[in-house]
Amino acid sequence: MGTLVVANVGKAYKRYPGKWSRALEWITGKPRHDKTWVLRDISFSVSPGEAVGIIGVNGAGKSTLLKIITGTTQATTGSVSTQGRVAALLELGMGFHPDFTGRQNAFMAGQLLGLRADEIAACMPAIEAFAEIGDYIDQPVRMYSSGMQMRLAFSVATAVRPDILIVDEALSVGDAYFQHKSFSRIRKFREQGTTLLIVSHDRSSIQSLCDRAILLEHGFVIKDGNPEEVMDFYNAIIAERENATVEVKRLEDGRAQTSSGTGEARVESITLLNEDDEAVEFINVGQSVRLKVEIRIHADLPELVFGYMIKDRLGQPVFGTNTHHLGVDMRHLAKGDRLTLLFSFPANIGLGSYSVSTALHIADTHLAANYEWRDLALMFNVVNLNRNQFVGVSWIPPQVEYQK
Amino acid sequence: MFRSLWAYRGFVWSSVLREFNGKYRESLFGAFWSVASPLTMIIVYTVIFSQLMRATLPGQEQVPFAFSIYLCAGIITWGLFAEMLARLNNVFLEHGNLIKKSNFPRICLPAIVTLSALINFGIVFGLYLAFLAIIGHWPGWMVLALIPLLALQLLFTIGLGVFLGTLNVFFRDVGQLTGVVLQFWFWLTPIVYTLPALPEGVRSAMQYNPMQPLMAAYQTIFLVREMPDFTSLAPLAVLTVLFLLLGAHFFLARVGELVDEL
Repeated sequence: MGTLVVANVGKAYKRYPGKWSRALEWITGKPRHDKTWVLRDISFSVSPGEAVGIIGVNGAGKSTLLKIITGTTQATTGSVSTQGRVAALLELGMGFHPDFTGRQNAFMAGQLLGLRADEIAACMPAIEAFAEIGDYIDQPVRMYSSGMQMRLAFSVATAVRPDILIVDEALSVGDAYFQHKSFSRIRKFREQGTTLLIVSHDRSSIQSLCDRAILLEHGFVIKDGNPEEVMDFYNAIIAERENATVEVKRLEDGRAQTSSGTGEARVESITLLNEDDEAVEFINVGQSVRLKVEIRIHADLPELVFGYMIKDRLGQPVFGTNTHHLGVDMRHLAKGDRLTLLFSFPANIGLGSYSVSTALHIADTHLAANYEWRDLALMFNVVNLNRNQFVGVSWIPPQVEYQK
Repeated sequence: MFRSLWAYRGFVWSSVLREFNGKYRESLFGAFWSVASPLTMIIVYTVIFSQLMRATLPGQEQVPFAFSIYLCAGIITWGLFAEMLARLNNVFLEHGNLIKKSNFPRICLPAIVTLSALINFGIVFGLYLAFLAIIGHWPGWMVLALIPLLALQLLFTIGLGVFLGTLNVFFRDVGQLTGVVLQFWFWLTPIVYTLPALPEGVRSAMQYNPMQPLMAAYQTIFLVREMPDFTSLAPLAVLTVLFLLLGAHFFLARVGELVDEL
């Protein structure tokens, strides 16, 4: 139960040149349409209990793929096979009728999901409790706030643990409290063995829930692997512009380094220095360090912004900023210029392994013009040499007062 | 197809109930309105044709309200046919959003339409039967002959309707055309007028109208209170089988492609 196999799935929409073309095709039997392929040759399999994230820019084919997996749309080529009950959180609140009460609508929605009336009746108290809409359950749905509708819909859709759960970005259900609650329900399903398939743009939800990610681009699977690696590659694609190259280098520890950009400016070297200007890889908690970055300019540039991001071993951002925000004006650069930037800061971060990603671009985001983007440009470790023991991602040393 | 329909019977049944309840849910008198409009229809036809226009049927002069009985027998059953056909035509377009976004057996939708049309018909027809009983023109056991007739009509409508409904998704002209054709078809069938009232030439052309023997059979049951001529229904039966096969084949072949066109 819970296995999902997608084999050579392709989806093409028929495009007819004119209104009469389809009629002519049906009458004569001669094809008169062009095919627009939105998915091509997608193959992957998900084992029971695995959590896989699907990412890709808008129009990459994510939603179509999900629709094929849930059976809403038929694949043009290939096949999808699933074992067990599939539940999809694609469109919450589908089939809700505003004039009927929450309870009646929950029944309908459950039946639409293929549940039997007695199953729904058995789940009803749990659905009510989870949705937390109180007495509103017996009021018409048109009196609900949109958040309440979503909560009820989510509760119904997840009332019975499915063998495969497919989640679209609908994860943003209700307020922060309910989001948290729905996430923990999804997590609990996972622990109980539900296979998860999640589509999201949100790096942290993919990285915290998934143990694998699949990147779709123009209808193809272009990357399938470790979520952090795939997310880095995805970010590189977003930043990619014409003539840009995306390069993936396998580092010694098996992680992949992704770099991309148009190359007008490049980071020549990046080092972490201690107080004595020595390059270091291990630093103490709270130690004052300097990040030294040397940049080479390969084309005349009106302006340049350098940004860096420190990430923890899960790829979660810990701290990031750039020269624009720091008020450093780098303008009128000529080809061949060499720049050096020194960032001094105390390493007030928790124990662990960290990486630094760098970006060279114009204006304050890397989306406008991306000269160079490099993930895992530098790696360092934070160790506790002489501080009091603590846990967590940051170093916030407190002063303690004790009274009795 | 039938197995998945059976698995979703709960959904079908609650959809039918919801549709029925939903219509009158926010009204004060509720289900009274579902009785009011057919009742009005029977009264209007009775008053206008029998009392004001003094329309009589040759050979049935001694039967009170003869023309009303004749008229309603045709209009009510034709109403079921027309309602089902019109709704089946649009059933996939109307629920396009649901089809695009959730995965359930699509055959549920025609089933819902059929059942809820039957409920509406049941109410109207119940009133008609009550009317017959009140005026003392109850057809007796002959009313059972209604069952095969209705079954044939339903199957014919479902076959034709599913075929047209599927086709309508791909060619939206079908829905418009069906509306126009239904209008003509109604007036080309002896429902408001009688067959003997037509000139000879037109009367022989009437044999090409498959609905005419069916309507005539209903009228025979309720007005003459005699067994209808079942053999005259053979052409309609053949068409029914034809459209059921065509509809099923066409629906199953195109149901996957359907969602891409909505």
